[in-house]
Amino acid sequence: MNILVCVKHVPDTEAAVKIAADGKSIQTQDVNFVLNPYDEYAVEEALRLREARGGEVTLLSAGPEEAKKSLRTGLAMGADKAVHLVCAHRHDTLTLARALAAAAGQIPFDLILCGKQAVDDDEAQLGVMLAEALSLPSVSAIVKLEVLDGKAVARREVESGLEVVETSLPAVFTAQKGLNDPRYPSLKGIMMAKQKKIEEIACAQSDSQVEILDLAYPKSRSGGKIVGQGAAAVPELVRLLHEEAKVL
Amino acid sequence: MKVLVFAEQREGEFRKAALEACGAGRRLAEGGELVGVVIGRGASAAAPKLAAYGPDRILTVEHPQLELYSTEGYTTALEAAIKQEQPDAVLIAGTATGRDLGPRLGARLGVPVLADVINLSWNEGKLAAVRPIYAGKLHLSVRSQAQPGVATTRPKAFPAGAPDPGRQAQISPLEVELAPDAIRARVTQMHSEAEGTIELTEADIVVSGGRGLKSHENFKLLEELARTLGAAVGASRAAVDSGWRTHGDQVGQTGKVVSPTLYIACGISGAIQHLAGMTSSKVIVAINKDPEAPIFKIADYGIVGDVFEVVPALTEAIKAMK
Ligand SMILES: Cc1cc2nc3c(=O)[nH]c(=O)nc-3n(C[C@H](O)[C@H](O)[C@H](O)COP(=O)(O)OP(=O)(O)OC[C@H]3O[C@@H](n4cnc5c(N)ncnc54)[C@H](O)[C@@H]3O)c2cc1C
Ligand SMILES: Nc1ncnc2c1ncn2[C@@H]1O[C@H](COP(=O)(O)O)[C@@H](O)[C@H]1O
Repeated sequence: MNILVCVKHVPDTEAAVKIAADGKSIQTQDVNFVLNPYDEYAVEEALRLREARGGEVTLLSAGPEEAKKSLRTGLAMGADKAVHLVCAHRHDTLTLARALAAAAGQIPFDLILCGKQAVDDDEAQLGVMLAEALSLPSVSAIVKLEVLDGKAVARREVESGLEVVETSLPAVFTAQKGLNDPRYPSLKGIMMAKQKKIEEIACAQSDSQVEILDLAYPKSRSGGKIVGQGAAAVPELVRLLHEEAKVL
Repeated sequence: MKVLVFAEQREGEFRKAALEACGAGRRLAEGGELVGVVIGRGASAAAPKLAAYGPDRILTVEHPQLELYSTEGYTTALEAAIKQEQPDAVLIAGTATGRDLGPRLGARLGVPVLADVINLSWNEGKLAAVRPIYAGKLHLSVRSQAQPGVATTRPKAFPAGAPDPGRQAQISPLEVELAPDAIRARVTQMHSEAEGTIELTEADIVVSGGRGLKSHENFKLLEELARTLGAAVGASRAAVDSGWRTHGDQVGQTGKVVSPTLYIACGISGAIQHLAGMTSSKVIVAINKDPEAPIFKIADYGIVGDVFEVVPALTEAIKAMK
């Protein structure tokens, strides 16, 4: 079973992001970039499927030169191959999905895994858009995946509980936290990843259909007051919530 | 302007977030027309209830293949409604269903989707929106160049508006064609949560616990407080990863984003990834024994103390108040 995993190189969740001079992007110097946390679940699931059923795991990432770092992380976890769709300019997610779909057309796959969401743009859209661009079914935000012959059964979390979804393959799945516990790259894996060749594909230039108007810091919360110590402070807290904040 | 809203319902009940999307749609339509689309089992029975929330017209779609939600089936139904109505904007509430349907619909129509927006407006005749990015560290204002402009709305970011029982809407069925093999990914089972549990993202009050709770059993204290307040129970990732709560309860960057009127954080330090999921709450209360815990920097009210003393006292005080 050949599995394609789409991964993105994103700022670390701890990073203090600052608006750049152009007012429309972020400063990237001094920011630590990592493999998108949700994509770690996607890579891990792909590796487990390969371990159970054979085949190859290929990583695909679109982005600037630095995106190769996250491809190396995925290779170090154990992926077989990596393809870099080299593009420095900004896309809207649909345009990006179409570019990734075109690249996916050159890679043999039985199943595609994406992360649920990239923690930079927080769109949580690409996997499903990619599925539509490839005319494939999709199941988003999955917490369990079972692959059977020619079909798969996945579980996804919804507000009122869990949905069990059955789909034909090939299909696209997006990984939610809870799907698995991603492994750490082994030392041997890291050494091997350094030697692997990352295939490059050029990305066609296309205009974004989403225009950025402005980037701003949200109104920050100012720390409030310490009402008191221990259980003795409870009556005063209840009074404040009732009379001042008017939420009780 | 003409706005079309997908009004998500399950077994005849509209989701709160769908009513909020209707409210957002009503304002966005300005003097123009708001069209609601209700799909699935129970759609035509539910439609009259929606009228009070603002649509001028409601389209209902019922089909044996559309009894339950499916990405492909609902996309085809909504696409048919959009082809018929030619709206300027399409709004979908950003629930688990909406966040799955939105991108499929956008890709089907060949238009981008402004995801998880907290504000909507028109900018030179185009749909513009504000969306939190980097887990809410920044707010991005964007404008869709495409027609129609499509957006998914973040739950609790828009007021639903009070229902007006006097409002009338014209309700009509919409026929859609679906080949027997049109839906390749199908829901085969639903595991519903216990009756009476309040959904985290919809709750007006959320009581969350972290590593400070120390065990699965101790969460009973929070459940008791939550019951007294009519609140939902959330958790930090540390509590989830310790196996004390399920993933669906996690609040934060890799969990749910909640914006209740009141958020009570118990034994939670306030890591940046946790804050990402709750700083848009109206009022935040923190209970933590460490006066230096970062959670106090963003909490409106704090108590420095032991959760095992403070939480039961709080539960009693609220019971006494009622
Ligand atoms: C990629 C990534 C994503 C993440 N996503 C999330 C996320 O979505 N949500 C999330 O929550 N975290 C997330 N985290 C984890 C986050 O960094 C923190 O580790 C986590 O939030 C800590 O949980 P906590 O506050 O419960 O535990 P701790 O940080 O250990 O804090 C426990 C607190 O309890 C207090 N305490 C202990 N005993 C008592 C007592 N008896 N009475 C009162 N107070 C007491 C302590 O003083 C302390 O402040 C993420 C991390 C990463 C790297
Ligand atoms: N530039 C990219 N290259 C490859 N995969 C991506 C890229 N951007 C997003 N993805 C994938 O799509 C998922 C969702 O991203 P998004 O819709 O941007 O939140 C991510 O978790 C990745 O799996």
